[in-house]
Amino acid sequence: MEMRAVYAECLAKFMEEDKHVVVLDADLAKASGTRKLYEQFPEQMFDCGVAEQDMASIAAGLSSYGFKPWIESFTPFATRRICDQIAISISYAKQNVKIVGTDPGISAELNGGTHMSMEDIGVVRSIPGVVIFEPVDETQLRAAMPVLNDYYGPVYMRLFRKVTPDVFGPDYKFDLFKADTLREGNDLSIFVSGMFTRDVVDVADELAKEGVTCDVINVHTIKPIDRETVIASARKTGAVLTVENHNVIGGLHSAVCEALALERVPVSAFGVQDRFGEVGKVPYLRQALGLTKEDILAAARKAASLK
Amino acid sequence: MNKDLKELCKDIRCDIMTCIGHLGVGHIGGCLSVVELLAVLYFEEMNIDPANPKMEGRDRFVCSKGHAGPAVYATLSNRGYFGKEELLTLNQGGTHLPSHCDMNLTTGIDMTTGSLGQGFSCAVGVALGSKLAKDGATIYALIGDGESQEGQIWEAGMFAASKKLSNLIAFTDYNKLQIDDTVAKVNDIAPLADKWKAFGWNVIDVEDGNDVDQVSAAVKQAKRNRTTDRPTMVILNTRKGCGVKWIEDLGAGNHNTNISEEQARAAIREIRGED
Repeated sequence: MEMRAVYAECLAKFMEEDKHVVVLDADLAKASGTRKLYEQFPEQMFDCGVAEQDMASIAAGLSSYGFKPWIESFTPFATRRICDQIAISISYAKQNVKIVGTDPGISAELNGGTHMSMEDIGVVRSIPGVVIFEPVDETQLRAAMPVLNDYYGPVYMRLFRKVTPDVFGPDYKFDLFKADTLREGNDLSIFVSGMFTRDVVDVADELAKEGVTCDVINVHTIKPIDRETVIASARKTGAVLTVENHNVIGGLHSAVCEALALERVPVSAFGVQDRFGEVGKVPYLRQALGLTKEDILAAARKAASLK
Repeated sequence: MNKDLKELCKDIRCDIMTCIGHLGVGHIGGCLSVVELLAVLYFEEMNIDPANPKMEGRDRFVCSKGHAGPAVYATLSNRGYFGKEELLTLNQGGTHLPSHCDMNLTTGIDMTTGSLGQGFSCAVGVALGSKLAKDGATIYALIGDGESQEGQIWEAGMFAASKKLSNLIAFTDYNKLQIDDTVAKVNDIAPLADKWKAFGWNVIDVEDGNDVDQVSAAVKQAKRNRTTDRPTMVILNTRKGCGVKWIEDLGAGNHNTNISEEQARAAIREIRGED
């Protein structure tokens, strides 16, 4: 099932149960998977048109009136475009707005460089008070949605909107502020967020055959980062690699480095090397930007060798 | 008519001078220009209760030109939201009265504003919320003329008209001045009434926005407009720094002005007509 379909299904349930849940679009309801909800919930769905700034501040106004707004757009327009509105109307004013950005990083594919945000986590992470969450599969998203809806305060969800490979099983227990350990090992800690998570698990299994065992930890919440888990793992293994579909500046790598600043451990970065994206399908983009599974494997071998 | 309101405007102006004078610097010009509006709203028109500042279904006021905070605080204090002694804490470390309006710090403030343009969209969200809640509240918003250069103002204006938010009454403090020069020279917003009409709003052009009777009549007209399915923009042709001649004479220089306590005391004598 597409992630956006799961997301829309959850929103429909919230709106059904609570008239205070409202959803605002900036002309991308179709892309976000919520277009069909307009007929079902005409008094809870609002399309602001191509006006993301207005959408963000309107949501803040609705929140001040006791509503629980979700706003959605493509990742760059839900973050860098409305950075000041997130900062002032939403977070500084302590409003309860959920911000959903779809198509993070290279998953923007054919929309190309203008729509391909490599910096959104960095932009939002520097704003006090905003939780940043990036789900990796349907199971995790389903578990997270009610938690986000009940959490009072701004959350930015970086949502891959198409079908993702399964990472979590049916017994998965979600904690918004606790990272998930997917593999345990002694030679390298790999902290991963988003769409490369399944690949990292495969890479760890591959390395295990070579006698290199890894902690694989899905950092689904990049802010506030689960410092306890990150530090404990880094101390245990003595070498760290971060893997993300984002610029290596400002995102998961930066967050992990900040958490480990006082630890004596090498922290290697795998991600977008401070460049813009470009048009293309994901397989091409992974090749062009050095983000293939083989690249992850090579980076992990090198990172493990640094301890 | 409205003799009491006229006296009240003097009180509010004096309190603005006292608190900014005590501090030594502040947004004097754009505070003095909106006094009549604040007096009319808070003492004549708004359904509010200072003893119950979060009352459900109350009318709300969003000061999108958030730098007029001191004028709003002076008005709230006169209305009984907090004591006048608190006005002297304006912008002091740890105060509940920051330069720009903050709903989480100040009793009676309905929205956090200061980054221009955003408060107006927030007010539109508040008006939408009131419409959804069907509580019959009237939502008031004040924007600046310089602020009207922000694109977000027009995004919000378009959406409010599109959603038929007739419970939204907005005001432009059209004092024709901004920080760098006159609005006309910097980036002209004229013809302002035509713009708002073109955006689908009712427009009321008030010749003298510092005449409390004219402002009062305009707000009453705007409230009657609720039957029209359109929001209403009241353009208040005001004087930046109104009430104190030397401040008014500074022109664009009176946006954020240094002032001594002696100058503030002299200004208060002028406002009271004691000179």
